[in-house]
Amino acid sequence: MNRFSYSKPQQVNDAIQQLSDTGRFIAGGTNLLDLMKENVARPDQLVDINALPLREIETTQAGGLRIGALVKNSTVAYHPDVERVYPLLSQAILAGASAQLRNMASTGGNLLQRTRCYYFYDIGTPCNKREPGSGCGALNGQNRIHAILGHSDQCIAVHPSDMAVALAALEATVHVSGPDGDRVIPMSEFHRLPGDTPHLDTTLGQHELITAVELPPRGFAENYAYVKIRDRASYAFALVSVAAALELNGNTIGTARIALGGVAHKPWRKPEAEALLAGKPATEENFRAAAELILQGAQGFEHNSFKIELAKRAIVRALSEAASGVNAK
Amino acid sequence: MNATPARQLRPDAGADTHTISLNINGKQHELAVEPWTTLLDLLREHLDMTGTKKGCDHGQCGACTVLVNGTRINSCLSLAVMQDGAEVTTIEGLANGDDLHPMQAAFVEQDAFQCGYCTPGQICSAIGMIAEGKAQTRDEIREQMSGNLCRCGAYNNILAAIEQAIPACKGGLRE
Ligand SMILES: Cc1cc2nc3c(=O)[nH]c(=O)nc-3n(C[C@H](O)[C@H](O)[C@H](O)COP(=O)(O)OP(=O)(O)OC[C@H]3O[C@@H](n4cnc5c(N)ncnc54)[C@H](O)[C@@H]3O)c2cc1C
Ligand code: SF4
Ligand code: FES
Ligand code: FES
Repeated sequence: MNRFSYSKPQQVNDAIQQLSDTGRFIAGGTNLLDLMKENVARPDQLVDINALPLREIETTQAGGLRIGALVKNSTVAYHPDVERVYPLLSQAILAGASAQLRNMASTGGNLLQRTRCYYFYDIGTPCNKREPGSGCGALNGQNRIHAILGHSDQCIAVHPSDMAVALAALEATVHVSGPDGDRVIPMSEFHRLPGDTPHLDTTLGQHELITAVELPPRGFAENYAYVKIRDRASYAFALVSVAAALELNGNTIGTARIALGGVAHKPWRKPEAEALLAGKPATEENFRAAAELILQGAQGFEHNSFKIELAKRAIVRALSEAASGVNAK
Repeated sequence: MNATPARQLRPDAGADTHTISLNINGKQHELAVEPWTTLLDLLREHLDMTGTKKGCDHGQCGACTVLVNGTRINSCLSLAVMQDGAEVTTIEGLANGDDLHPMQAAFVEQDAFQCGYCTPGQICSAIGMIAEGKAQTRDEIREQMSGNLCRCGAYNNILAAIEQAIPACKGGLRE
């Protein structure tokens, strides 16, 4: 690990002011320290944000839930209000990492974790995300875990978070504070596609701090599912994951939300496919039609084309599970 | 408890060091640490407490699992300086003299290890898991213990040991 200075401010404004252009905030440390050990990240300053007052989970005036940026993943997953109103979020978080890591990982850090692309992690290889302009090792390399949607010729990495996929389906917002004040970013605009600037994962500014994630009142607690397909039964990143949430009137779909993980540089949603399901009966046939629409234009590479059919089947399975209500408490 | 005087961990440690206090297995320590020292390296390299193991150093194996304020974490992915003021329990802190902690005793009785390298992490993790109270069935224990790999594949016996120790461990760490 490289050498760096360390401070632990008590207030949000101090944390923002203390951060230099080449420094980083540190929360749980489970991603940043990992990257620092590999020399992928080399900040010369760490601002430890763990003393900031961002650990509350509270009901909002709108009837939603506001989760402080420092609340641990395990605390969110097992919080009574989250389990009751947003069980999709609990299920997605518990499908990620291990119990130890979830005890360390923070809400803000989880959103900002970086890709697990092997070439990004290996400083001996080219990677446009790590070293803009150096090329993409994955494009013609080992790309089994890579993107099938929304990629560019500069980068085909995927965002690895499970939590973010559920937050996208639930249409959460990300609250941030920065030198220029506060703003609120919808989940759909928080992560970005690589385009020709793959070094940018999100729309967050270098000096901006995530203070909270806010969930709107609708939690889809009756009809939801998080389906995660991975190489082993636990403690592995998603090859493909699907967060599905339905509002049903009898067997007729009112609202459908579908977000995919493991397939793109951001949690993937396709509003047209969700609209297609509205007003239709909850049948496997309709689910398959939505899946086809979501994967329209998908393009695989040498080792990951299997993800296209896998994603379609995972969508059908997640929607069927959601419709059946098996996961409702 | 008597506090030991702040111990300079490296002869060349200078302006970069931060003084932290940690309670490790019931003993209070004042330590001058460089910020890039992980909790795992502090334990193993600086305090000669080698019971906690380093497997991967990347959060992928669980060998480094310790309890911080009663919660299980991977000590390889936490900086010592970030744990200032914490209570740390390692495998060395579980037994009472020759009297093993029920989880340790169960691992011996059930033959729950071969090489033993993953064992300190497995035991600390299992104690943390029981304190969390989320695992009731065997499948739930398997899932909740998935952060601890065992290259020798002693999983069946590890599961049996944990099941055996659960009644005696309820309520968290033994006094
Ligand atoms: C072996 C392993 C397996 C894993 N498996 C999974 C998995 O299956 N699914 C999954 O989703 N995740 C998985 N993870 C990733 C894990 O969820 C993340 O590492 C974790 O969520 C990051 O949170 P943190 O608080 O530790 O972040 P940190 O490492 O502290 O920070 C990460 C980044 O976010 C920045 N940051 C942190 N908080 C803020 C804030 N409030 N404002 C602004 N910037 C901030 C930091 O500067 C840093 O750049 C795994 C990790 C490991 C090591
Ligand atoms: S896919 Fe993206 S992260 Fe991976 S090597 Fe290519 S540019 Fe780097
Ligand atoms: S050494 Fe920490 S998880 Fe492997
Ligand atoms: S006993 Fe050898 S690694 Fe588990």
